[in-house]
Amino acid sequence: MHNGTRIKISNVSFYYGNLKVLSNISMDIYKNQVTAIIGPSGCGKSTFIRLLNRMNDLITKSKLEGSIYLDNKDIYKAKEDVVAIRRLVGMVFQKPNPFPKSIYENVAYGLEVNNIKDKAFIEHRVIESLRKAALWNEVKDRLHDSALKLSGGQQQRLCIARCLAVDPEVILFDEPCASLDPVSTKKIEELILELKSDYTIVIVTHNMQQAARVSDFTAFLYLGELVEFGHTEKIFTVPKNKKTEEYLTGKFG
Amino acid sequence: MKKDNIQNLGFLVLFLCIVITLFFLGTIIFFVVVRGAKVISLSFLFEAPRRAMTEGGVAPAIIGTFYLTLGAIIFALPLGVACAIYLCEYSPKSFVVNIIRMSINNLAGVPSVVFGLFGLAVFVKFFNFGVSILSGSLTLGILVLPSIISASQEALLAVPRSIREASLSLGASSWQTIKKIVIPTALPGILTGVILSIGRIAGETAPIMFTAATFYIKKYPSSIFSEVMVLPYHIYALMTEGTHPDKQTAIAYGCALILLILVLFVSALAIVIRQRQRSYHHA
Ligand SMILES: Nc1ncnc2c1ncn2[C@@H]1O[C@H](COP(=O)(O)OP(=O)(O)O)[C@@H](O)[C@H]1O
Ligand SMILES: [Mg+2]
Repeated sequence: MHNGTRIKISNVSFYYGNLKVLSNISMDIYKNQVTAIIGPSGCGKSTFIRLLNRMNDLITKSKLEGSIYLDNKDIYKAKEDVVAIRRLVGMVFQKPNPFPKSIYENVAYGLEVNNIKDKAFIEHRVIESLRKAALWNEVKDRLHDSALKLSGGQQQRLCIARCLAVDPEVILFDEPCASLDPVSTKKIEELILELKSDYTIVIVTHNMQQAARVSDFTAFLYLGELVEFGHTEKIFTVPKNKKTEEYLTGKFG
Repeated sequence: MKKDNIQNLGFLVLFLCIVITLFFLGTIIFFVVVRGAKVISLSFLFEAPRRAMTEGGVAPAIIGTFYLTLGAIIFALPLGVACAIYLCEYSPKSFVVNIIRMSINNLAGVPSVVFGLFGLAVFVKFFNFGVSILSGSLTLGILVLPSIISASQEALLAVPRSIREASLSLGASSWQTIKKIVIPTALPGILTGVILSIGRIAGETAPIMFTAATFYIKKYPSSIFSEVMVLPYHIYALMTEGTHPDKQTAIAYGCALILLILVLFVSALAIVIRQRQRSYHHA
């Protein structure tokens, strides 16, 4: 049902100072599949997903145990270049966070910082990315307006376009719809399903219906532990663990 | 009813405070403008003083003030912004760095005449720059450094973490993030700091008294090692020296008016730049 492992998470624990927020997590993230991470808030979903592109490096006094492999390479080995990893593993955040720049500049930014100078190429890539993110038709006449003038849903799709522009292979979504209205949410979900054929996707959500709608695999995290991981269908119909069942039926969360 | 009365009373008190403040501000401006306008003319702006400062213009002082202010900004702006960037973005959150922060804040409270003495000892004497534009600019630069640093720091801290993370997540290095995202976003705030400091530098007298200014000089400055006349110090000279107090007082008001206009002009310019940036940055 899947075509190989893209990211392998192996016995990962993570600490903020002395606070252990993830304990001994092992799971695989498969190529061209959508993997959903669900669980009540505070259980460590964001921490977990931010480990996959080394965003937690920014936090001083944090500690990682275990290993994370991207295509069989340990991304936390000292030799690995953080910048290269972040190019391969893009991220869309919980709150839309466009730069205070024009729509065009937002999308072009990732190319510029990666030393791509060819103007024609950049322009081509900007348009292509906006198209892929289903935003092109709404912004094509105002590419040079401030990105902050867009609606929340449009801003989030702009962030997706910005992420696509650097041509990543994996895209991490951390509750991408948490601050959006239902219509925008639906658009983003459709987009995720479309992107699946070209990218490997990990999405954190605490909306279980969303996980059921978009994902192929689901991981249920609770208090920093991976309680259950498997095919979304199975998890939602015949969960093996009692905790998972309780969470899915709304007994807590 | 009672609550309303208290509220109204509160508003009234606050309103009176504003009125009082505006009254003083208005009076100052009124006096300076009315008295200063009498002496201002083209020759006042473009000629040098004559007859022991009782006639002629104040052009050398205007030019001196301009050079000193410019020099101080050229020195203090990059240095201050760089310090702020280091303190906000790079420095570890350690005890030593906290001490540095505190020292910078304390520096802002040091009386300006102390900076003058420091400038005399260090720039004029030790580095042997003499009483010159260079010494004065450096002294003024150090004087405004703390306010530029703290304004820049505030502006940098106000740049949301979320857009820094966005930049890093796209494969930007932290230096690229600072250069392309953080500084441009913080720029309006940094400019505010500069606006305020320009006002302060242009009007300062004590720090340049021993380091740059001279009562009276016929020549226009020819290099950064020249002594200069400066507006605030010229006012001081007019009011304390010489033999024709009434003529000199009139000229002093003229200088004050020019100083006021100069500062206003620079501020207006910076505000325009800032507004432009802002209208783009905040939808
Ligand atoms: N930067 C941080 N420093 C210290 N503790 C943190 C930090 N970020 C998150 N935490 C803590 O780690 C736990 C997991 O947080 P998070 O991964 O954000 O959970 P979730 O995304 O599932 O809501 C929470 O208890 C949170 O308070
Ligand atoms: Mg979270």
